[in-house]
Amino acid sequence: MLHGPARTTSPTVPVMLTINGKRHDLNLAPFVTLLDLLRGPLTLTGTKKGCDHGQCGACTVLIDGQRINSCLKLAVSLNGAQITTIEGLGTPENLHPLQKAFVEHDAYQCGYCTPGQICSAAGLLAEGHARSREEIRELMSGNLCRCGAYTNIADAIEDVMAATSRSNQPEAAE
Amino acid sequence: MRPFSYLRPTAVSDAVSALMAEPGAQVLAGGTNLVDLMKYDVTHPTAVIDINDLPLRMIETGENGEMRLGALTTNAEVAHDPAVTDMLPLLSSAILAGASPQLRNAATTGGNLLQRTRCYYFYDPATPCNKREPGTGCSAIGGVNRIHAILGASETCIATHPSDMCVALAALDTTVEVAGPEGSREIPFLAFHRLPGAHPERDNTLQPGEIVVAVRVAGGRFARHHSYLKLRDRLSYAFALVSAAAALDIEEGRILDVRVALGGVAHKPWRDPLAEAEVAGQPATRQTFEALADRLLAGAKGQGGNDFKIPMARKAIVRALAQAAAGTSQIQAEKRVR
Ligand SMILES: Cc1cc2nc3c(=O)[nH]c(=O)nc-3n(C[C@H](O)[C@H](O)[C@H](O)COP(=O)(O)OP(=O)(O)OC[C@H]3O[C@@H](n4cnc5c(N)ncnc54)[C@H](O)[C@@H]3O)c2cc1C
Ligand code: SF4
Ligand code: FES
Ligand code: FES
Repeated sequence: MLHGPARTTSPTVPVMLTINGKRHDLNLAPFVTLLDLLRGPLTLTGTKKGCDHGQCGACTVLIDGQRINSCLKLAVSLNGAQITTIEGLGTPENLHPLQKAFVEHDAYQCGYCTPGQICSAAGLLAEGHARSREEIRELMSGNLCRCGAYTNIADAIEDVMAATSRSNQPEAAE
Repeated sequence: MRPFSYLRPTAVSDAVSALMAEPGAQVLAGGTNLVDLMKYDVTHPTAVIDINDLPLRMIETGENGEMRLGALTTNAEVAHDPAVTDMLPLLSSAILAGASPQLRNAATTGGNLLQRTRCYYFYDPATPCNKREPGTGCSAIGGVNRIHAILGASETCIATHPSDMCVALAALDTTVEVAGPEGSREIPFLAFHRLPGAHPERDNTLQPGEIVVAVRVAGGRFARHHSYLKLRDRLSYAFALVSAAAALDIEEGRILDVRVALGGVAHKPWRDPLAEAEVAGQPATRQTFEALADRLLAGAKGQGGNDFKIPMARKAIVRALAQAAAGTSQIQAEKRVR
């Protein structure tokens, strides 16, 4: 219930976001989270809402290349940011290597956590701090999977990580 | 969420003025705690002062090895900074024990210091809570108090401070730089957070209108002998039931200096410099560590649901000190306790 000084509506705030390469000039009420903006007005429903409180990782997107829980970000606080969602990582015709690996390894059951898992894994690969399976598991701990597909998720990421490090090896090292 | 106005100042002085101009205003940094609490209606700022455009995102190393971490540096940036991993590995380790990679990418140094308790009742506006609404009572005393304090609690509040990062900062020599309406000042880290006393609504000693600008930490000293050991209900992505940050300076098997800070046990990271001082000169052995643990926990008191924390804290202290002495600090990705 609302108490305290009565306020009708918050004035909106102008904000410019580049989402999956496309520029959006928006006027938003300051309470709108990035997650609600994506799934609502922008109909980018690939990003999922699990807990809405930073506790599950289903809403993970990349903001300026960094994996972030979009449920805890006010959209107005992101003026000028580049955002990549699962829709921007790959397309059905041209899957991102992680999307392909998730399919190959059957790294999901219901699929609800999968967009967040894949965006998070993309962030993990870019960060470059995981060197072992144990470290992949730890650094993917911000993404819960109620179906318990963890083993296959780690397999998929391990595969892509190995392929990426192979293709990054200088020729002299072969 | 309730309506609020949104401001994004670019100068520290403007942020301070904005806070002074509206008593219901609150600062937004990474948002991982503030936005969460606003969604639950635990807090309802009338104005949100977004400080992300302030020039506070620097990591600097002074000539004396002192590191200065701007309030807007992210937890991930600090934990992986090469100078931090080199000179303040205990701090890096404690940060990596907390939250998740996504949250650490958003969470800031200033916000981590100012994060509120995770007491279930504090989070539930339908229940009495002196911290949320002074004078309404404490639901945790005599209620469900598994995660609550065993040290320094009061009749009005038994909440704990949930941070991992702050436990390492308490063990090291840390100063908080603050800016406010009266200008700048410095707060020694151990005087930054408060015990609840009669005013559990106040987590810290910041005055109205003050914001954290940076923290400075003396680097290098405990880079060899340190460990952050965090015990919790699941192996990752969970708050500490008990954590211990241990740091030692050892010469020929004797302790020159020892630091132990505890997380998950009190309203602030718990340290007892007097007890530590008594250990100077003693051999770095299990007996010494056990005696220190007993001394640190001498005043511990359970609330029923959290009685287990007392023996757990004792073991955590002894194990963290043993790890520190051996130079085999707990590695956060490794789920075995060494
Ligand atoms: C699911 C979950 C799990 C977590 N697990 C852990 C864990 O295991 N260990 C751990 O340590 N933490 C954990 N956290 C907490 C996390 O570390 C904090 O939420 C974070 O550090 C807060 O930083 P922020 O920048 O996002 O702060 P914000 O949410 O922006 O702000 C938090 C508070 O600090 C104030 N504030 C922010 N910056 C300043 C400043 N410069 N000056 C004055 N006031 C300021 C704000 O007004 C607000 O009151 C977890 C959080 C979540 C959601
Ligand atoms: S322990 Fe503190 S925060 Fe929790 S219900 Fe009691 S007064 Fe509120
Ligand atoms: S929906 Fe954002 S973390 Fe669960
Ligand atoms: S596949 Fe169902 S929650 Fe992960």
